[in-house]
Amino acid sequence: MSYAIECEGLTKRYGALAALEDVTAGVPSGRVIGLLGHNGAGKSTLIKLVLGLIAPTGGRLSVLGENPWRAHRLRQRIGYLPENAAFHPNLTGRELLDYLARLKRAERAQVQMLLGRVGLADAAKRRVGTYSKGMRQRLGLAQALLGSPELVLLDEPTTGLDPQASRELYRIVGELRASGRSVVISSHLLAELEPHIDGALILRQGRLLAAGTLVELSERAALPAHVVLRAHADEVQALLARLAARSLPAQARPDGRVELQLPRADKLRALRELVGDPAVADLDVREPTLTQLYDWLGAGRPASAEASPCTPS
Amino acid sequence: MHAILTVAWKEFRDDFRNRWTIAIAVLFALLALGIAWFGGAAAGRVGFTSFDATLASLTTLGAFVIPLIGLLIAYDTVVGDRDDGTLLLMLSYPLARGQLVGGKFLGHCAALAVATCAGFALAVAIMQVMQPAAQTLTAWLYIGRFILSASLLGASFVGFACLISVQTASKSRAAGLALIGWLASVVLFDLVLLALLVMSGGNPLERAVYPYLLLLNPVDVFRLVNLAALGNGAGNELLTGMTAGYAYAPALLYAVLLGWAALPFAWATAAFRGKEV
Repeated sequence: MSYAIECEGLTKRYGALAALEDVTAGVPSGRVIGLLGHNGAGKSTLIKLVLGLIAPTGGRLSVLGENPWRAHRLRQRIGYLPENAAFHPNLTGRELLDYLARLKRAERAQVQMLLGRVGLADAAKRRVGTYSKGMRQRLGLAQALLGSPELVLLDEPTTGLDPQASRELYRIVGELRASGRSVVISSHLLAELEPHIDGALILRQGRLLAAGTLVELSERAALPAHVVLRAHADEVQALLARLAARSLPAQARPDGRVELQLPRADKLRALRELVGDPAVADLDVREPTLTQLYDWLGAGRPASAEASPCTPS
Repeated sequence: MHAILTVAWKEFRDDFRNRWTIAIAVLFALLALGIAWFGGAAAGRVGFTSFDATLASLTTLGAFVIPLIGLLIAYDTVVGDRDDGTLLLMLSYPLARGQLVGGKFLGHCAALAVATCAGFALAVAIMQVMQPAAQTLTAWLYIGRFILSASLLGASFVGFACLISVQTASKSRAAGLALIGWLASVVLFDLVLLALLVMSGGNPLERAVYPYLLLLNPVDVFRLVNLAALGNGAGNELLTGMTAGYAYAPALLYAVLLGWAALPFAWATAAFRGKEV
């Protein structure tokens, strides 16, 4: 497997403060990876290292096969949308993209196409200073796509976007993946991010807490599946008793439904039994979400609170 | 070079768009015409008088105003981008740090040079129309030299502004340093030299050093370039007192001024290269 980003023992210290400590991980080429972690986890430091804006204190970092530190030409192959993207307010959207396209030696025809793609064609001749936050964010996405980069880094890309614009952004991310580009999305919005990523790198206080595809992380966590049953009203109590007898403690919800947790190892057998139970009119199985995985990994807790439950892959 | 010129063109256009270029050109034109018209007011004469006296007054005025404008036009060129969040984006482009600072420096220098050229050339053209005696090739050579040296002086202070902008953490601090730098180079430097001159009591060895000490300040080099050609008595008595009749080679003065235009910028580039963002 080839990697768009590969780091080994990557460390960045500011004096005594370790912004990133001994991180070994990779972003496979052609995948969409979520870069997760609370504020101060080291996400921005990792992005700056990938862009070659700061030098690592230790370890090795390879981006698209090159050492990014001061390799400014490498950035021709990288697109970057900063968090809270700010632009020169006196330029129009079109002028700004023209300027950035020249810097990136991108085809000028791309500018109009990208403005249309992010829904800013009508505002192209307006000064960026008059744009709303959402419009600036869309302009930021457009500039990140200039020059058809092989690697796209999106830092909190849906900040300020309305739901429709967020969906459009993730549609563009899907197109990037389909065309073989690698995408790294740094975000706090786990529920929103989950359907659009192939895997995650989770950082906590500068250290890598977990890395892998969502399936791998889920298997490693072995969190139970959440099942909601709809039973005939007069059979709920009998169903609860039967489940208790099978060592599947369940509880009735105020809306009359019954919910229970199925241990991963026992999930299929238990589901078969539930499907065969005459009291069960319907059932809904919910796999552990990214948010639950994140909480289980303790990404939001201080590193000193406990030992890491996972070995990074 | 492509990246430097792209950034330079953008900065040049920004200065034009922000009315900096036009405001400076108008200011220079008005000041020049004002000096030309009212230059003899103290002697009871109003109107265009001697072209040499006008140019000498312009040199004295330029030595005050041009450094200030050079500093004002560029003091926030990097720190301002850092403050408003655009620096990170710019550095994520395939652009070396030196190319970014170089482009900004060139763009601001070009804007200042265009404003200087337009402002003073317009004023001189009006003077020449009003004062037929000044319609000579020599007069145009003088004004050409004045504009060239003024542009180099401006470039020097744009370079200083870039250095301040790279080294400071906030726009307000950069503005403060720029003003201190202006005061130091335009006023304090000469005062310190004058004090040393007085204290030395005319020591011949020390007097021999002063002509070279003046080269340590681009403002004085600018004065020397312009006043030396006009002859003593045409302008700054302080300067002529310090040079004590020392004859500078014009090429040396231009070389030093060129060096002053390049040195702060080179320092700014080197400093920015080592900065982490």
